[in-house]
Amino acid sequence: MKYLYLIFSGLKRKKLRTGLTVLSIMVAFILFGYLAAIRQAFDAGVEVAGADRLIVRHKVSIIQLLPQSYESRIEGIEGVDNATHATWFGGVYQEPKNFFAQIPSVPEELFDMYPEFVISDEHKAAWLANRSGALAGRGLADRFGWKVGDRIPINATIWGKKDGGRTWEFDLVAIYDGAEKGTDTSQFFFRYDFFDETRANGTGLVGWYTVRISNPDNAAEVAAAIDAEFANSAKETKTEPEGAFIQGFANQIGNIGFIIMSIMSAVFFTILLVSGNTMAYTVRERTSELAVLKAIGFTDRSVLGLVLGESLALTLTGGCIGMSIAWLLVSAGDPTNGSFPVFYIPTRSLFLGFALIAVMSFVAGIIPALQAQRLQIADAMRR
Amino acid sequence: MFNWFSQVFAVTLFSMRSLPQRKGSSAAALLGIAGVVAVMVGVLSIAQGVLKTMESSAGDANAIVLRTGADSEMTSGLAGEDVRIIAEAPGVARDAAGAQASPELFVIINLPMRSTGTDANVPLRGVQAQAMVVRGNVKITQGRMFEWGLNEVVVGVGARQQFAGLEIGSLIEVGQEQWPVVGVFEANGGLAESEIWVDASVLQSSYRRGNSYQAVYVKLDSPEAFDEFKDSLTSDPRLNVKPMRESEYYAAQSTTVYNMITGLGSLIAVIMGLGAVFGALNTMYTAVSGRTREIATLRALGFRSGPVIISVLSESLLLAFIGGLLGAGLAWLAFDGFRAATLNWSSFSAITFSFDVNATLLTQGIILAMAIGLVGGLLPAIHAARQPVAQALRGL
Repeated sequence: MKYLYLIFSGLKRKKLRTGLTVLSIMVAFILFGYLAAIRQAFDAGVEVAGADRLIVRHKVSIIQLLPQSYESRIEGIEGVDNATHATWFGGVYQEPKNFFAQIPSVPEELFDMYPEFVISDEHKAAWLANRSGALAGRGLADRFGWKVGDRIPINATIWGKKDGGRTWEFDLVAIYDGAEKGTDTSQFFFRYDFFDETRANGTGLVGWYTVRISNPDNAAEVAAAIDAEFANSAKETKTEPEGAFIQGFANQIGNIGFIIMSIMSAVFFTILLVSGNTMAYTVRERTSELAVLKAIGFTDRSVLGLVLGESLALTLTGGCIGMSIAWLLVSAGDPTNGSFPVFYIPTRSLFLGFALIAVMSFVAGIIPALQAQRLQIADAMRR
Repeated sequence: MFNWFSQVFAVTLFSMRSLPQRKGSSAAALLGIAGVVAVMVGVLSIAQGVLKTMESSAGDANAIVLRTGADSEMTSGLAGEDVRIIAEAPGVARDAAGAQASPELFVIINLPMRSTGTDANVPLRGVQAQAMVVRGNVKITQGRMFEWGLNEVVVGVGARQQFAGLEIGSLIEVGQEQWPVVGVFEANGGLAESEIWVDASVLQSSYRRGNSYQAVYVKLDSPEAFDEFKDSLTSDPRLNVKPMRESEYYAAQSTTVYNMITGLGSLIAVIMGLGAVFGALNTMYTAVSGRTREIATLRALGFRSGPVIISVLSESLLLAFIGGLLGAGLAWLAFDGFRAATLNWSSFSAITFSFDVNATLLTQGIILAMAIGLVGGLLPAIHAARQPVAQALRGL
């Protein structure tokens, strides 16, 4: 207890300096939390990807379509549990910046393939009953303030309609929630049967297949078997686990992890300088006080502990306030106004934050603390 | 008045001379500011690089024609007949070979990125001989141009660096066919440098595109000819197309990436800047409190508070300026010209670009540093000047 009191009095000695140091540490941790959420926006897809799901696409590129007939051939391959197809619609809702994924799908197969989409039975039935019905993720519906019953017009950039029009209208009949925090609820699904009979061209062609396999341990063998099935045909395939597919896509945007790591290193290096300097000053100014403590019986080691304790108190306060503010900022919404599929600070980053607090307080405090420990009472008193 | 200036000079010189005594805390503030500036300049240079790539792609008097409703070449489609009508439109420049209009095809193929080994959507463009005339800046720098009519490709210098398997002599797989790479080209740093080029007729037959294209690039007589060109196409009942100036088209293509990086970079710079302000405040308060007696002595000697404020401020501005220079210099050394690839959201294809640390960014970095120095120095300066002289002399 007496140590806590001493640490506290030490910090109170120069309130302004303590306050400013806490504020600069706080800023570092606001950035830390915020950037962790941005990184998670790119990584979450990989984390929650089904280990038992594979993606099959055209070998040359994802924009080339595959015949719908591949579905039954894929399902005939040993180790494959179920296969369903999807296509990139690429339409624009109101204006290009309102980007989100629109995907024509087969409802029953979608429910089966993605158990992490939580949909009420009532909504499921409504979608099955309405050919021009659509299913939107909770995040997407919230972003545009949509409710069940709304009519959503989407302008096609790729898929014209048979009647020559380019505006597709969908009835929003169902909304899905994510079973996990990382589940992407920014997608928009509508019925493939409606899509196929309405589109002007490309009838019977789909974008890619999602395949569920019976045993995730056999992923590589099953993927090879699928590609072998279509080898030497006009439309060869490339099959890879869902996680690898998403990771590959994220890699194309850039090495987000590396960029964020570099920024954070610069930030923490800077803040370390600031707080380390403050601690050094504190010790230098209080040389005679520390000598008095030693003279009245405090051991070298407890003086070392006192200085480190001050450093920890500073960093812990700044770090906790910083991460709380980051949490508030992140809860307020993502900076791209809804283009990120998910936006939250992952739990492991919170733990990493506390680890960083411990490391920072030690690194910033250890040199001044060692100086304090080595103080010779007689020398220090004379100064 | 002269007296006032000489006071400012004397006090400032005095505080500068005592700087070495405070080197620890001054260096911490200086390096802190350098860090902020380096990060800001570094992040924003990504956005500048993308923008520069797009800007150097556009020709002043050039236009691009897409199908109405298409937002990029990827989603556009034009029949052979449309292309003929577009080439005959008024305003299109002509030479001995005919209209300077280049109908092109645009698809993507998967190639692994060198950095990660995972697939990227690399643009593959089908062109005719007119593409060289319309663009005017494409130069073969290694190997040779492909033979028209043969399954050969040339690759942009950016694509060659960022994606694996594009060395001269290697083969790229397009469906059942294998096309040899025979040359590398540059295009003045423009978007084309991210692409692979092949004869349009080869691509048409390989992709079963018949005689259709996706976009027509045209060179106009002059930038002013655009309105006439546009009106003639949009009012033609046989066509359903959208003509755009190249500059507008490329600007629209880069908007998403540019805004995202700039927004994020500025946000990070503001938050970090705030942290650096606290650091600078700390340093300057410490500096001032360490010199309480000095300053009080000066005041007792008859120096006025103005010069004292200015001396403290100039110290913090000097530290900030050196920090800003250091940070901007570091960012320039580390990032300028660094090549990377990202995804162009509009066309769903990879673009390669170089980080661009330009004069504007360097200036912005130093302005940010000076702002931090000003805010960080002002309060301590006022504090120093306001201290009651008698108390300060007695104090400590």
